[in-house]
Amino acid sequence: MLEITEGSMAVADAVRLCRPQVVAAYPITPQTHIVEALAEMVANGKLDADYITVESEFSALSACLGASAAGSRTYSATTSQGLALMFEVCFNVAGMRLPIIMTIANRALGAPLSIWNDQQDSISLRDSGWLQFYAEDNQEATDLHYIAYRVAENPAVQLPAFVCFDGFILSHTYEPVDMLSQADADRYLPKYAPTERLDAADPISFGMYATPEYYLEFRYETDKALKEAKSAIHAAGKEFGEMFGRDYSAMVEGYQLEDAETVIVAMGSICGTVKDTIDELRKEGKKVGLLKIRVFRPFPSEDLAKALKGAKHVAVLDKNISLGAKGAVALEVKDALYGSGIPVYDYIIGLGGRDVQKKDIREVVALAEKGKGDQFIGLRKEVL
Amino acid sequence: MADKTCELFDCGHRACGGCGAALAARLMLKAAGTNSIVVSSTGCMEVFSTPYPETAWKVPWIHSLFENASAVASGIESSLKKQGRKEKVIVIAGDGATFDIGMLCISGAFERGHDITYICYDNEAYMNTGIQRSGATPYDASTTTSPAGSQSFGNKRPKKDMPRILAAHGAPYVATASIAYPNDLIQKIEKAVNTVGPTYVQIHAPCCTGWGFEGDQTMAIAKLAIETGLWVNYEMVDGTVTKVKKVVRKPVEEYLKTQKRFRHLFKPKRQDAELAAIQAIADKNAEKFGIDIKLKKE
Repeated sequence: MLEITEGSMAVADAVRLCRPQVVAAYPITPQTHIVEALAEMVANGKLDADYITVESEFSALSACLGASAAGSRTYSATTSQGLALMFEVCFNVAGMRLPIIMTIANRALGAPLSIWNDQQDSISLRDSGWLQFYAEDNQEATDLHYIAYRVAENPAVQLPAFVCFDGFILSHTYEPVDMLSQADADRYLPKYAPTERLDAADPISFGMYATPEYYLEFRYETDKALKEAKSAIHAAGKEFGEMFGRDYSAMVEGYQLEDAETVIVAMGSICGTVKDTIDELRKEGKKVGLLKIRVFRPFPSEDLAKALKGAKHVAVLDKNISLGAKGAVALEVKDALYGSGIPVYDYIIGLGGRDVQKKDIREVVALAEKGKGDQFIGLRKEVL
Repeated sequence: MADKTCELFDCGHRACGGCGAALAARLMLKAAGTNSIVVSSTGCMEVFSTPYPETAWKVPWIHSLFENASAVASGIESSLKKQGRKEKVIVIAGDGATFDIGMLCISGAFERGHDITYICYDNEAYMNTGIQRSGATPYDASTTTSPAGSQSFGNKRPKKDMPRILAAHGAPYVATASIAYPNDLIQKIEKAVNTVGPTYVQIHAPCCTGWGFEGDQTMAIAKLAIETGLWVNYEMVDGTVTKVKKVVRKPVEEYLKTQKRFRHLFKPKRQDAELAAIQAIADKNAEKFGIDIKLKKE
């Protein structure tokens, strides 16, 4: 059923339909509306979950870790500083192979303090072993939650996942969203049945320490599971499409890509602005296209290289920066295209909520065509 | 009643001979029984009991991080409640994990009133990393980060009063215990586990390596701590002290002189002022808890 609703409310509703048994969360802007909505659902009997009002984000994810190990489907949401506070737990959850789902309402990291959007927070956890999905709009943001649980809980995967959507730009924006019915959600996402759990009837030890004789193999297996999750993502996205008409089988998605000479690579809500700009540029005769990355971890290198095969210039929009190097997405794209001879230019854009407009995308295209890149877009030189 | 013959903490773990904490774990599981889920913090016990692929734990056990055991326990308890399961959730963590780095998580878990039992094995310093001072290190103890030297008598602060802090959170049951009194320890853990709500038991667990004594002296030294009044065994129900172990007190020197961590108080020169300060701590404990048995005059 199509509803016009705020992004956070739509996500909260999708989470409710996923039937988490334990929710642990801590307020932080711009994520708070989601967990407020979930608290209200629990208070009114619309969500049968235990809701733990923890004293920090660190404890939110730690409580989810315990609940997941005990066999419950668990959920949390956070952003920015909250996610940074969870850093240690994030690595732990992935290492212990617990399929926790967490929504990230992407926001910049301080200092300086900023409550506004970029993707530095989740990108900074790229090495932690979590799957990372990025949504372009609120329909995709809601749908990705069902898919994330399906993939994460797949016994061949058993890894946690972030569903990332841009703070404020999506979280606080009203858009029409087609919500599943509970029956449909249940059909797609069956009850969680963990293969291992803390259980007095069958005692096992979780989270033991590993000497140098074993640690390397643990890391190898986790990396292997994350890489092999690609086929599970494809299957879960395809099945979602067959059931509900919205296909998410592809980890990268092209727009006007067929004959494109200049291809913009981007993640998240910025893709909407890019598409509008491409429509204008196409009318002006410019062969410009977009490759949207929906899944950043595991990184779809092969799909990306295939999709970009015909490009003359690749312009990557990075709403993050690995300070002292480049944007994280560009580094991955360069790796995927290594040896192809296709030039990849990086543009750091929209950090800390700086508005990204069509003129900025036009500037990027013009720079890429001239072979200029690896720079910030929209710098206010007068304040430098 | 606890089945005192059951052994749920298996032999073959890697603790030092004479480790007080290993004994605490063994006694704890005798009290808690098989229907338990144990959460450990990072520390000596976690390391010596679970070198992958071996484990000493015959009950379900989980370790996540140094500072989050009580948050992990909160999540487990919440999950069990939702599933209608009845296992008891027990945290066992060292004093560093409890008094210092885990303070935020413990405070949160106790304030929220989770039905968990938190057991601190208190060996009075960070032993796993090589004997650094913690908030539980006693006054004048020499550690690697509070070393005695020409300008120092060791740790400058008395122990943090953790039991009282947790009682102030509204914990229905808080107790201190010692491995030197195993029956008392087992009874207290049984009581803690069977009390609904967050409960806390702090166990004095001497560390032969960190304190500097032979492994066959662990029990004797634990007993001396009680007999000198430097460790008091007591129970608090709803914040009120209800039971105290009384003793015929010995001078604190008898306890201090058994351990290398206090050696600087006796050699190269006897430090009378410092010994008097430590005696004053014991005297204050005795007065506060009323531990002295008054002997009848002949």
